[in-house]
Amino acid sequence: MNRIITIFGALIALNLTPLEAVANEDIDQLRRQLEQLKQDYESRIDALEKRLLKAEQSQQQLKQNVSAEQPVREPQVAPSQPPAQVTAMRGDRSFNPAISLILDGRYSDFSQDPEEYSLPGFQLGGEAGPGEQGFALGHSELVISANADDKFFGRFTAAFDTHEGETEVEVEEAFLETLAIPYGLKLRGGRFYSDIGYLNKQHQHQWDFSDAPLIYRGMFGNHLLDDGVQLSWLAPTDLYLELGSELFAGGRYPIEYSGDSTVPTYTLFAKLGGDVGISQSWQAGLSLIDARVDYSTGSGHGHEDEHGEEEHMSPIYSGDTVTWGLDLVWKWAPGGNNRQRNLVLQYEYFNRDYDGILSAEHEGMTETGSYDGSQSGWYAQAVYQFMPQWRLGLRYDALTSSVNGSSSELIEESGFDSEGHDPWRYSMMTDWSNSEFSQLRLQYGYDKSSPDADDYWILQYILSLGAHGAHRY
Amino acid sequence: MKGRYLLLMFTLLVPLQLQAALKVFTCEPEWAALAEELGGDSVDVTSATQAMQDPHYIQARPSLIARIHKADLLICTGAGLEAGWLPVLLRKGNNPRILAGKSGHLMATDHVTMKEIPAVVDRSMGDIHARGNPHIQTDPRNIGRVAEVLAERLKMLDSANGEEYQRRYEDFIGRWNAAIEHWEQLASPMTGMPVVVYHRSWIYLQDWLGLKEIATLQPKPGIPPGSRYLADILNRTQGLSGMVIIHSQYQKSKAIKWFSAKSGAPVVLLPTTVGATAEAQDLFSWYEDIITRLLNAHENVNE
Repeated sequence: MNRIITIFGALIALNLTPLEAVANEDIDQLRRQLEQLKQDYESRIDALEKRLLKAEQSQQQLKQNVSAEQPVREPQVAPSQPPAQVTAMRGDRSFNPAISLILDGRYSDFSQDPEEYSLPGFQLGGEAGPGEQGFALGHSELVISANADDKFFGRFTAAFDTHEGETEVEVEEAFLETLAIPYGLKLRGGRFYSDIGYLNKQHQHQWDFSDAPLIYRGMFGNHLLDDGVQLSWLAPTDLYLELGSELFAGGRYPIEYSGDSTVPTYTLFAKLGGDVGISQSWQAGLSLIDARVDYSTGSGHGHEDEHGEEEHMSPIYSGDTVTWGLDLVWKWAPGGNNRQRNLVLQYEYFNRDYDGILSAEHEGMTETGSYDGSQSGWYAQAVYQFMPQWRLGLRYDALTSSVNGSSSELIEESGFDSEGHDPWRYSMMTDWSNSEFSQLRLQYGYDKSSPDADDYWILQYILSLGAHGAHRY
Repeated sequence: MKGRYLLLMFTLLVPLQLQAALKVFTCEPEWAALAEELGGDSVDVTSATQAMQDPHYIQARPSLIARIHKADLLICTGAGLEAGWLPVLLRKGNNPRILAGKSGHLMATDHVTMKEIPAVVDRSMGDIHARGNPHIQTDPRNIGRVAEVLAERLKMLDSANGEEYQRRYEDFIGRWNAAIEHWEQLASPMTGMPVVVYHRSWIYLQDWLGLKEIATLQPKPGIPPGSRYLADILNRTQGLSGMVIIHSQYQKSKAIKWFSAKSGAPVVLLPTTVGATAEAQDLFSWYEDIITRLLNAHENVNE
């Protein structure tokens, strides 16, 4: 190419040259150069043609080889990869890492004041509460996950909540998990939803109802989620049996304001499950959560009024808590084809025992008293998909608690005392899913959490953008 | 005394070793049938789905986690067909032998030529698969290709029985290719036959036999049809002669009945896999059944 430019340049220059002799000489030179150039290119084209012919021949040979090995008709056989190097997977190439965004928006209508919300017999923390009145963003999530390599899987979930007009972003999950430890073992570390119970590890958009069961609201602030490690083991049996244990930092459990706790939380869980024929499947689980709330290292709790003076503080619990839970799930889909019709029955029960002290500060003095109350509660729900896209659900919640301690005054102020009212609630929902990636839900509830009954309505949408969500059990 | 114990131990151990069949976990029944063809008694095959289940809408059930945990070889269609549950199973199964990249991980769509690979992936077009239409099992030549790969994997994972796998593969592929030729001859009168499908599950079959798809009752993958859309198709297909409606065993929709009644076209249930109809007992009888059902419908509409 450069040579051609030079020649053109020379030609232009030539036209401008006034001396003919010089020009003739130049033209001769130019002719020679052109001749040389022609020969040069011809030889190159020749070489290229030879190479092309060769390539064509070898390709034909290859084709013949292929058809000799497997006499199939279609010529464009994708050569099967040698199994030893099956590293280049075509798998989820389109979304790597898998990124999904969950959009959740809702309109809620209820009569109680979310600021004054309480569950008699329970101290509330976490995200517990009826949510926002009117139009509000629900719990939107950004989830990014992928296998980091052949040994590790990682997932990150950021949740976006709106609380009192402010947008709060929280890292709900950020963990790594091993993929390739032998003997059925798996290690997980980071921040994650605990595997206790059935509902706990489900993200909010996977719930069948727009809000958490009261027992999850009361005991875990909707979710038990914390920083820690988990070791689990899958038994090599035909029946599904998984045993696991977690060790958490304990900063989020069980009551939000014990947030500075440095005493870890331990959990144990066992899950058992299987199929009955092809239409039914089930899972049962047992969980144990051993947590110590050590308020002595805490930073205190109380509301400051507008003068900056601390108002009266409610008593705080310090000591041991032991919670155990039972969960049962049974699913039915005719012929195992849950696309058309299916029914899911679900039940969970939790019980927590306290053994510690209640303390409160009164005008600079600290009052303490022993406390060994207990709480328990359950929910049962049925969700029926009666035709593709449409589901109906019914849920019942009930809580109860008992108090016992040395100072009735502290107990009365602590919120542990249900004052004779055991919360209960029933909820109904119906939802419509245009596809797997969109859902519209209407939920009605009759809430007797507090002695004043509350009728509430929630209209909710959930959209799932990006990577295909998991069909979890 | 000691010698007797050793002998006893030995006699106990030998049958145990003989029983150590290669455990194969397949996502769909057709791959289970293929593994049984090639593996015989040397493999212990279990399929995650039954013929009556739409393989896309499966949950990662506890029993599947327990089964995948013990598998030596995983055979699935891939290309996103099992996107909702296979990744969960692989992660929860705690089984390094069958993870992507290992020889125990076989995705059929990695080894055949994919069709309908979309230029743009947008869910407004429904739950489309970025890697192309995954229903590759509806062309028997694809089954032959996967068989070749599977035979290699079996030999690799269980080299002690390598010769047996090779023998079984050669036997199978010989019979299979002869059968394909036979089916092609049987189906030759149907070339160009117009078909209306419920879901685009049959494009590989259509291309193989030269059937002409003129409409899809499901407007978009994963989205059931609405009445206006159906009326629109009805208008478009009016006056077409020799048309048949194809659906698979798990696609039971009122739309199919409605469309058949309005258009007068017969409905043909085609088994998408082994076990989907009483006739489809193995790979051979399954294709035999597909061809027979299509031919029956073809003769009906052309009488």
